[in-house]
Amino acid sequence: MIRINCPYCGERDHSEFSYGGDATIKYPSLDSSEKEWTEAIFFRKNIKGFQLETWHHTNGCRMWLKIERSTVTHEIRSVKPCHPDLQKVVENNK
Amino acid sequence: MTKFNAWNVIKNGLNGQSYWTRQWRDPEPKKNYDVIIIGGGLHGLATAYYLAKNHNIKNVAVLEKGWIGGGNAGRNTTIVRSNYMMPGNHEFYEHSLKLWENLSHDLNYNVMFSQRAHVSLFHSPGAKDSVSRTYNIMRLHGTDAELWDLKKLKKKIPHLNYNNSRFPILGAAVQKRAGNARHDAVAWGYARAADTLGVDILQNCEVTGFTRTNGMIESVQTSRGIIKGKKIGFAVAGNTSVLWQMAELGNLPIESHKLQAFVSEAVKPLLDQVVVYGVGGAHFYISQSDKGSMVFGGDLDWYKSYAQRGNLPMVQDVAEAAMAIFPSLGRIRLLRHWAGVMDMTMDGSFFICKTPISNLYLNAGWNYGGFKASPASGWYFADLIANENPHNYVQNHNLERFEKGINIDERGAGPDPKLHG
Repeated sequence: MIRINCPYCGERDHSEFSYGGDATIKYPSLDSSEKEWTEAIFFRKNIKGFQLETWHHTNGCRMWLKIERSTVTHEIRSVKPCHPDLQKVVENNK
Repeated sequence: MTKFNAWNVIKNGLNGQSYWTRQWRDPEPKKNYDVIIIGGGLHGLATAYYLAKNHNIKNVAVLEKGWIGGGNAGRNTTIVRSNYMMPGNHEFYEHSLKLWENLSHDLNYNVMFSQRAHVSLFHSPGAKDSVSRTYNIMRLHGTDAELWDLKKLKKKIPHLNYNNSRFPILGAAVQKRAGNARHDAVAWGYARAADTLGVDILQNCEVTGFTRTNGMIESVQTSRGIIKGKKIGFAVAGNTSVLWQMAELGNLPIESHKLQAFVSEAVKPLLDQVVVYGVGGAHFYISQSDKGSMVFGGDLDWYKSYAQRGNLPMVQDVAEAAMAIFPSLGRIRLLRHWAGVMDMTMDGSFFICKTPISNLYLNAGWNYGGFKASPASGWYFADLIANENPHNYVQNHNLERFEKGINIDERGAGPDPKLHG
């Protein structure tokens, strides 16, 4: 079991969460070429090692989180709210 | 290499089994090869075999970082079927099934292929309609497929749980020619047959880099020295992205996920078919090995991972599915469980295609379906490498299909690799 320290709820089992995917994807502007959109939607780095990824606390606070996790050891380095403004709120409440 | 036949079995029986030669050589790497296949799994070995057999290209090396049969070749549930409906897929998997039917004779190695029937249970009228559509498409293409009603199913497999009120069993979609095989024997059989035709199988030979000249890969750097190759083929399943980036080719429509499988202690004959609890229910598949063990599996672990070990929530999930459908398994003990790294793609279909590098060829993206595909995968990958042109069946199984909008998505699940189980 991976334990994820949700900034809103505290440390929980990963079975409460659902995996979102690569958190570094940047969608291109609407008038970008088909090639750029294909790259953003379908192509992935698929990193072996530490990667930034999103998780949804589906069976908890239902907030989206940005997690730095190793895809080899499953060690988690950091857990943050996806939205940068919410990160400030979490920090101010500490 | 001593051929397996009645005469040699009797001769060696009388001589204390002392005249058998080793199954394949352990050669030193040569300096030059016509084709280098990276990955000594079922797909890589099958490719090398068909290059030698079908295309007379025998100066071939298969590079394996571990040992033959130690990767996903030994981490599957050995199910062989061809119940696909998308153009390209059904022809491909049907050809694979036909190759399986004659594989033991072809390789002179008993792969213990057993056509015991693949029984997909359905649990709602909607699921029945959906699976009927797929199985009708199969019949239109000459693949065997049938529907069993509850009466026939109860007669064939009386000990399923027919009183499940959440997912009542309404019947089953059946492919009788499907079944399973012995995974190790397939790896060893292909290795032995390829080696006999002159292919060098280089174990403990990990690729560490590529040397590029004029836009082509000139040589492969490995833990056993630098090896030159005129053509290079990737067949490394879950590690495809790692090699792809080593060749500086960027991103792929692949994510690596892990899939667990389980083996129980051996019991007396209990189940004659492969049973799948998957159409409109949970996701669970089970068969009984020739040794008597129950072999079964379920879903992916639901998050990206290169770890070849599973996680406990999925063990519980699979155990719950087993109890829901097969309550008589309740007291059975697990012997082992393991996880393999799956190369899950964005539409759930595979790649046998050319790449941006003119002498590099890609075989990847086997999702859940790598084991059954291995004969045809080797067949068409060898064909692509030898003839430079993809066969009709695999003409859309390339990296450009996403930009063109011709995704081959059997489930219609969209661009999320973990959903294509």
